Amino acid sequence: MNKNKEQLLNKRYKAEKRFRLYGQSAIFMALLFLTIFIFKIFSTGYSAFQKTWLIVPVTFDAELMMLDQNPSKEDLKDADYYDIALKSMADLDPNANEDQENELKRMVSYFFEREIKRELLNDPSLIGKTKDVYLTASDDLDQVFKGNYPRDLPEDQRRVTDYQLKIFDQLVELGKVESKFNLSFFTYPDSREAELAGIASSFMGSIFSILVCLMIAFPVAVLAAIYLEEFAPKNRFTDFIEVNINNLAAVPSIVFGLLGLGILLAVFQLPRSTPLVGGITLSLMTLPTIIIACRASLKAVPPSIREAALAMGASKMQTTMHHTVPLSMPGTLSGTIIGLAQALGETAPLILIGMVAFVNTIPGSPLDPAASLPVQIYIWAESAERGFVEKVSACIMVLLGFLIIMNLFAQIIRHKFEKKWS
Amino acid sequence: MNLILFTFIVLLGFTSYYFGRRKAYTIQSTNKRLTALPQFYGYYLAIWCAIPAFIIFSLWAIFEPTIVKLLILSDYSNQGYLDDELNLIYEKTKALSRGQFTGEITPFIEASAEKYLSLRSIAQSSKAVIVLSIIIASVAYAYKKISSNSRTREPVEKFLKAVLFTASLAAILTTVGIVFSLIFQTIDFFKVIPLFDFVFGTHWYPAKAFVRDSSEALDPTMYSDTFGAVPIFAGTFFIAFIAMCVAIPIGLMSGIYLAEYASVKVRQYAKPLIEILAGIPTVVYGFFAALTVGPFLKEIGNSMGLDVSAESALAAGGVMGIMIIPFISSLSDDVITSVPQSLRDGSYAMGATKSETIKKVIFPAALPGIVGSILLGVSRAIGETMIVVMASGLAANLTLNPLESTSTITAQIVVILIGDQAFGDPKTQAAFALGMSLFLVTLCLNIVALRVVKKYREKYE
Repeated sequence: MNKNKEQLLNKRYKAEKRFRLYGQSAIFMALLFLTIFIFKIFSTGYSAFQKTWLIVPVTFDAELMMLDQNPSKEDLKDADYYDIALKSMADLDPNANEDQENELKRMVSYFFEREIKRELLNDPSLIGKTKDVYLTASDDLDQVFKGNYPRDLPEDQRRVTDYQLKIFDQLVELGKVESKFNLSFFTYPDSREAELAGIASSFMGSIFSILVCLMIAFPVAVLAAIYLEEFAPKNRFTDFIEVNINNLAAVPSIVFGLLGLGILLAVFQLPRSTPLVGGITLSLMTLPTIIIACRASLKAVPPSIREAALAMGASKMQTTMHHTVPLSMPGTLSGTIIGLAQALGETAPLILIGMVAFVNTIPGSPLDPAASLPVQIYIWAESAERGFVEKVSACIMVLLGFLIIMNLFAQIIRHKFEKKWS
Repeated sequence: MNLILFTFIVLLGFTSYYFGRRKAYTIQSTNKRLTALPQFYGYYLAIWCAIPAFIIFSLWAIFEPTIVKLLILSDYSNQGYLDDELNLIYEKTKALSRGQFTGEITPFIEASAEKYLSLRSIAQSSKAVIVLSIIIASVAYAYKKISSNSRTREPVEKFLKAVLFTASLAAILTTVGIVFSLIFQTIDFFKVIPLFDFVFGTHWYPAKAFVRDSSEALDPTMYSDTFGAVPIFAGTFFIAFIAMCVAIPIGLMSGIYLAEYASVKVRQYAKPLIEILAGIPTVVYGFFAALTVGPFLKEIGNSMGLDVSAESALAAGGVMGIMIIPFISSLSDDVITSVPQSLRDGSYAMGATKSETIKKVIFPAALPGIVGSILLGVSRAIGETMIVVMASGLAANLTLNPLESTSTITAQIVVILIGDQAFGDPKTQAAFALGMSLFLVTLCLNIVALRVVKKYREKYE
């Protein structure tokens, strides 16, 4: 009998231990996913912050550029750079035949003559002289140099030919290949060529959308929250509003995209693909988040504050506007920032209102067509070129960086400025 | 032009505020008692400036385009044009006047464009004159009113309250907007495709509808077997099911562990770390699923001799499950923490171990709340878009094999609506019909979930 009891007890203790273990492994799994995730993004993305350059001697031959003697600045701008650019690439291998010259040309970026042009415009005295110019390597060679490209594939399966690799290796040996910080990733707009693609256009698109979203969502949400928390009578209608808000907070984001498409674009005829429409759509999504946060922090203001103000003869409106609302601001602001961070990461609604259009200019206002950072991630992730994979990861790193900063900021506001009532 | 006018009106508003306050001081200096603080006199005047300006601006925005259009088209009224042609003429006129017209410029259109521009400038200047004169009149009237030291605080506060009330209608307006944007297209869609075919059809090939020549009349029979949504609905619930298979055990167990076992320190770090998973944008999960998880599963499958699609439902559902873990873990954590301590104490006093208490006492007590959190998770899984678009297939297969690719409601909406859309095309309308079904399903789930959670809260608070 006693033995039986002991067995039972042991069994129960074992069950206890097992259960605890389940819990621990659940937490461990969740954290493991997070770690793998972050590791994967960083390990594929960090190399995008470096860019490979080929150092190529360029002879600025006035004749080839169709320049007269003593050309003016205008002449230099209009001159023909393609021929000298082509020639300087072909000169890398004096014995190259026509096909090989073509291959040589494709070792650098698509717009390599612009880089040569910029060099000459910076220093017009170079005419007739030879100078080593930094040319952006093609994205395939860039990947080869970073070691992301399998060299042992059969030649017909890779986009880099054996000949290009041979010349490239010679250049590497001569120290004519250099890796530098990839500034153009931050300053260039999107491009079809991976080596020239940057996040400037989508970054500005995101900024404009978020600003529009903030300007609409914040005032409306705060005013609505003040009404609902401080003034609204308890009746069916207010309950209805409340149900609406709670539901909207859980409606899938793509439905808001359909709203933007069906109402903002089709009925109000707002311009397609613009951060204005994107921002309005996002603001409708963020509205419930901010209202809920603002109401919670208004509720947290103790009634004694209101009673004291009313006792001093302030009207209800004065009490609210001068005392309750300012005290609730830290909570509201941190809720707003969290809502904006959500909006910043949103993709699906923006795709539906056309913010996936290929934009190769940097938008200057919310009325110019633009993409946004998450949409840029989607666009690049869908393109087949190998060079875009690291760009996607790098773009994700930038986006995550912003989200982390915003969330930290929200935390700081909450901890530093929020009064603890006890 | 509008901007200048707007700044001018704002300046006028500030001036009238200043005049109102000064009036209050002059009343005060005659040793009369004011009926409100001086600034209320200022606000009062400023409101009398803002309201008429707002009304006229909105009236103008509504009526100006219609009236200009009528005036322009009156030139063409006796020439037997159809309505569509008249609209086209008007669009051409507008484009030409903006200098964006490409195509042949006829003298008629050129004349209309000139007329359009002159009408617009007349409209603008008359708007400016009318706005300014009415504002000045109304402010003067209000100024006279406050001279007699009448009440100003009450009307100002009433106005503010009205503004607050209007803002709170935004939530209702958004819901109405969602329903309106979906309902008309959906109704049009069901005029062409019978509801029965949509709900019970098993073939979904919206691309087929695209081949139609726009000059042909709509022939409903050619759409049979095109818009059968069963594979889409099945795919949606299947992927959501896979996601919940990952999210429920991990989320629930971590919620329980955090609430009952974890020390303060573990909780302090683990909880925010898990919640990071909820803050990662879904497009990032999609990329992760497509780049890493999909090929990884394919490789494993191939090594075991299984035929795994690189865009399998398993990859999309699994990654979606990871995304949902924090929703379930933090909600169930909250729910479990709010179970009264007395229930635990009672159970311990009877000699139960911690896990027995959790399984037999706390879990049943917290069940409604946990069910609510799971329902919210399901609603999120059904509405999730980017992971499916990027990691699962876009072809609608009717399958229950998690290793094949399936498609979901959200993915189909994106596939149909990406790029240019032609409103009035059954394919576009199909996307809105799918959106409507998505909205209704998630709405039901949300309402049930929120109600369950609310009931539960009321029980213990």
